[in-house]
Amino acid sequence: MTVTAEPAVGKEAPPGATAPAPRRRTGRVRRIALPYLLLLPALLLELLVHLVPMVIGIVMSFKELTQFYIRDWGAAPWAGLDNYSLSVDFDAPIGKALLHSFFVTCAFTVLSVGLCWLLGTTAAVYMQENFRGRGFLRAVFLVPYALPVYAAVITWAFMFQRDNGLVNHVLHDQLGLTDSPSFWLIGDNSFIALLVVSVWKGWPFAFLIVMAGLQNIPKELYEAASIDGAGMLQQLRRITLPSLRPVNQVLVLVLFLWTFNDFNTPYVLFGKAAPEAADLISIHIYQSSFVTWNFGTGSAMSVLLLLFLLVVTGVYLALTSRGRKAADV
Amino acid sequence: MAAPRSFVWSRRIFLTLLTGFVLLPVYVMLSSSLKPLEDVSGKFRWLPSGLTIRPYIDIWSTVPLAKYFVNSLIVAGAATVLSVVIAIFAAYGVSRYRFRGKRLFTVTVLSTQMFPGILFLLPLFLIYVNIGNATGIALFGSRIGLILTYLTFSLPFSIWMLIGYFESVPRDLDEAAMVDGNGPLGALFRVVVPAAVPGIVAVAVYAFMTAWGEVLFASVMTNDTTRTLAVGLQGYATQNDVYWNQVMAASLVVSVPVVAGFLLLQRYLVAGLTAGAVK
Amino acid sequence: MRRTRAAAASAVTVSLLAAVTACGGGSSTDGGSNDSPKTLTYWASNQGPSIEADKKTLTPELKKFEKQTGIKVKLEVIPWSDLLNRILAATTSGQGPDVLNIGNTWSASLQATGALLPWDAKNFGKIGGKDRFVESALGSAGETGSDPAAVPLYSMAYALYYNKKMFEDAGISGPPATWDDLVADGKKISKDDKWALGAEGANLSENIHHVFVFAKQHGADFFDAEGKPDFTSDGAVAAVKQYVDLMGKDKVVAPGNAEYAQNQSLQDFAKDKTAMVLWQTAAATLKAHGMSDDEWGVAPVPVQSGTPGADTAVNSMVAGINMAVFKNTDNIDGALKFVNFMTSVDEQTILNKTYGSIPPVKAAQQDPAFNTPALKVIRDTLAESAAPLPQVANESQFETAVGTAVKELFAEAAAGRPVTTASVKEKLDEAQQQMPKK
Repeated sequence: MTVTAEPAVGKEAPPGATAPAPRRRTGRVRRIALPYLLLLPALLLELLVHLVPMVIGIVMSFKELTQFYIRDWGAAPWAGLDNYSLSVDFDAPIGKALLHSFFVTCAFTVLSVGLCWLLGTTAAVYMQENFRGRGFLRAVFLVPYALPVYAAVITWAFMFQRDNGLVNHVLHDQLGLTDSPSFWLIGDNSFIALLVVSVWKGWPFAFLIVMAGLQNIPKELYEAASIDGAGMLQQLRRITLPSLRPVNQVLVLVLFLWTFNDFNTPYVLFGKAAPEAADLISIHIYQSSFVTWNFGTGSAMSVLLLLFLLVVTGVYLALTSRGRKAADV
Repeated sequence: MAAPRSFVWSRRIFLTLLTGFVLLPVYVMLSSSLKPLEDVSGKFRWLPSGLTIRPYIDIWSTVPLAKYFVNSLIVAGAATVLSVVIAIFAAYGVSRYRFRGKRLFTVTVLSTQMFPGILFLLPLFLIYVNIGNATGIALFGSRIGLILTYLTFSLPFSIWMLIGYFESVPRDLDEAAMVDGNGPLGALFRVVVPAAVPGIVAVAVYAFMTAWGEVLFASVMTNDTTRTLAVGLQGYATQNDVYWNQVMAASLVVSVPVVAGFLLLQRYLVAGLTAGAVK
Repeated sequence: MRRTRAAAASAVTVSLLAAVTACGGGSSTDGGSNDSPKTLTYWASNQGPSIEADKKTLTPELKKFEKQTGIKVKLEVIPWSDLLNRILAATTSGQGPDVLNIGNTWSASLQATGALLPWDAKNFGKIGGKDRFVESALGSAGETGSDPAAVPLYSMAYALYYNKKMFEDAGISGPPATWDDLVADGKKISKDDKWALGAEGANLSENIHHVFVFAKQHGADFFDAEGKPDFTSDGAVAAVKQYVDLMGKDKVVAPGNAEYAQNQSLQDFAKDKTAMVLWQTAAATLKAHGMSDDEWGVAPVPVQSGTPGADTAVNSMVAGINMAVFKNTDNIDGALKFVNFMTSVDEQTILNKTYGSIPPVKAAQQDPAFNTPALKVIRDTLAESAAPLPQVANESQFETAVGTAVKELFAEAAAGRPVTTASVKEKLDEAQQQMPKK
């Protein structure tokens, strides 16, 4: 990975960024133009891959885009707010299912992000000081982050099988904790299964970032604290956690957004129809658009989701940035 | 300061449990990949009764694994390189210059992380096809289209992290470089980038993993010749049978190089993520 | 500066938007042309044990075609997990293959998009006429009353596979002919971790295939004559309940089957854990799991009473693969020639033999290879007692909605919760309300 990344970083710059700004222009013009030129490639790509499709998606949400019209989108009749009213009619099955899926996703996201953060932070704090085997463990803990998603999740699905899986073999056959083997991939337990896989996959990222953050805390702070007679827990509360605040602000937000929109995990774990208890919103939207060929409704649901996430992120940033300079998020 | 015994013990217990949790699926992959098909679909046992390396031979003929692997390497590699380069420029612009629209840019970049992928799959597909029709550049079905898509996926977080990272590189350094006769880009590549290598490696690893594991877009945007591993591995699940042992074997085989490369880099990565996150 | 940038950005946005909405599909070449008469792209579905195996099977045949006509066929075998999404994307963009395989249950849904070439008398004329094909197979190639959107390529039906030794051990003389017999036999078999019947409870399509047949046997249909969903009729409710009751009330299906979606029930069968499965082509998979051909037998799927036949004695859906031509192909003549080639008696015999399916072309059925005891049962079922799934545009929504309802009911039954007529009806009612209104 470095081998490929580094030479390019060292040598070549995209032509778009270097070629303009001819010498004879005044320095002032160059100074004004340069930042925009630097941003241009990123901006163009964001427009192409994220922003324009997004605008089209919003347009789609106002159309009746079923299989009768997908061949020629222009001909699809405008649906006004029909797709939206269908999505938020919480008394009818479609709206009810969406609302249910939304709550499931919220609960799942909060738990998953919370557990990822907790595991990652605990592990990082325990590994703050050197001990024998620390390097090895650090390597081991990165494995879930490095395995391809499909490979990792399909293995979990294999382990969660009721009759032949490892999980029930341990819980039921060996430990005798349950009276009968439990289902993990259907029914209510599927929520737990999804959570376990998500945490397994997500916590190493939190671990990495928190561990890195810890290395920046000056040792003197701890020394001073222990001279004052502060115990380990007090040090944790007074020094470690406050120092981690800026790291956590970024980490939690990113984990939240990724987890909320996670598609790969439930899709590989459950297939096209997730059980009700684990019906995450991304898979729900997939089912409402791709599987049933109704892209208008699927888009309307996506737009609602986007609005929700915008509000949450805005509030979150406002709250967590209190007292700190809120520039350039 | 010596840690108290209770701390050491709780650490041992916690880390042992966590290691078990992390490695459990890896053990299952390994043991299942060494079983014949009729055993692997049977009841789980900690110790396989009969071992065979047959799955490791069969994986290459059931699906064109080598081809998918190469495709994934090309796509993820190119997306990583481009994403890193473009993110470096953008992050440098934001961290070193004051200009109108800066705030708008950073907020927009952040907001793209909120779009559900499903929402823009079909529109993006249409855009690619139409660009292809208009210009003759085949974006859909080709590796280029996939590379563009993935590199953009990882851009926002990369830019975001690199901004923080570049800001931690003292400005005096680039000013000194400019006094020495370098232009702003010279200063970027001679001073700022070398100082930020760990952060750049971190971003590269992240970009690579994003492209390496993506399933949804790859399943629609690739064809037989450009299919990537993430979707290609699904080829072991056919209509009438799931070759569990081969799925596991193939997963391990393709993961080994990635995990190895990843472990080699983790030293940089740890140093890298810090400064990016701490502004 | 800011204004220019904003202007540039919106210009890009607008032009891209215009490009996308204006030519959403490549409809300019509707009806097909002959711009590239020397090549064809063909998307094949995965019929054999793996994608690679399919390529090996098809490539020599495509070479034959090239020799005959000089047309080179570019083959891509597409996994089932991707096929429908790929077709959808191709339909949306107009960038697709010339010829493709589709699951026959998708025919009417895809037909509704208008992307497929209709097989009118003229087009059928170019491939030797409609009469060459088995009627039931043609019945699942598009909406009733309109020109088919595809032609049948491989046909299949469900049969009851039974484990001879397990039947012997339980003292059962032969396979059950009615559901009552099956349940009675099943109670003798289902003990000591052995079970009578396997099911793929979490597989939406499988669920649909079975409840459709049960509904027929109860004299009900999931769609009325006008193509409107009618999921909550007494017959439909009774059908779904009877299927789920095999696990919940009759206890002849193991509860674990409720989560099966990847043919685990077939593996259980091969391992002597279940004595029966309802399946289409099982021979190759059974062999791969260590069960030899003489260990199992094949019988028609049970009915409520009497023997399989039409109407309430239907005991299978018409399963199979159809071949369709994209309307906007650049090689319409070549595409028709290719369909003609693939449905020729020779190719039908070779390919169906390899895949263990039945040729939907009548003349090809004469080959003795299709007369083995197993295939004979399936052939007779196709000819006498199989009915096509509803050929309506909303078929895929139906599969999703009702298939999911059945999956959830299985989950209830597996958890030991009662499945009643009322709870079945409620689920089906919910499913019905999720169907598009128009």
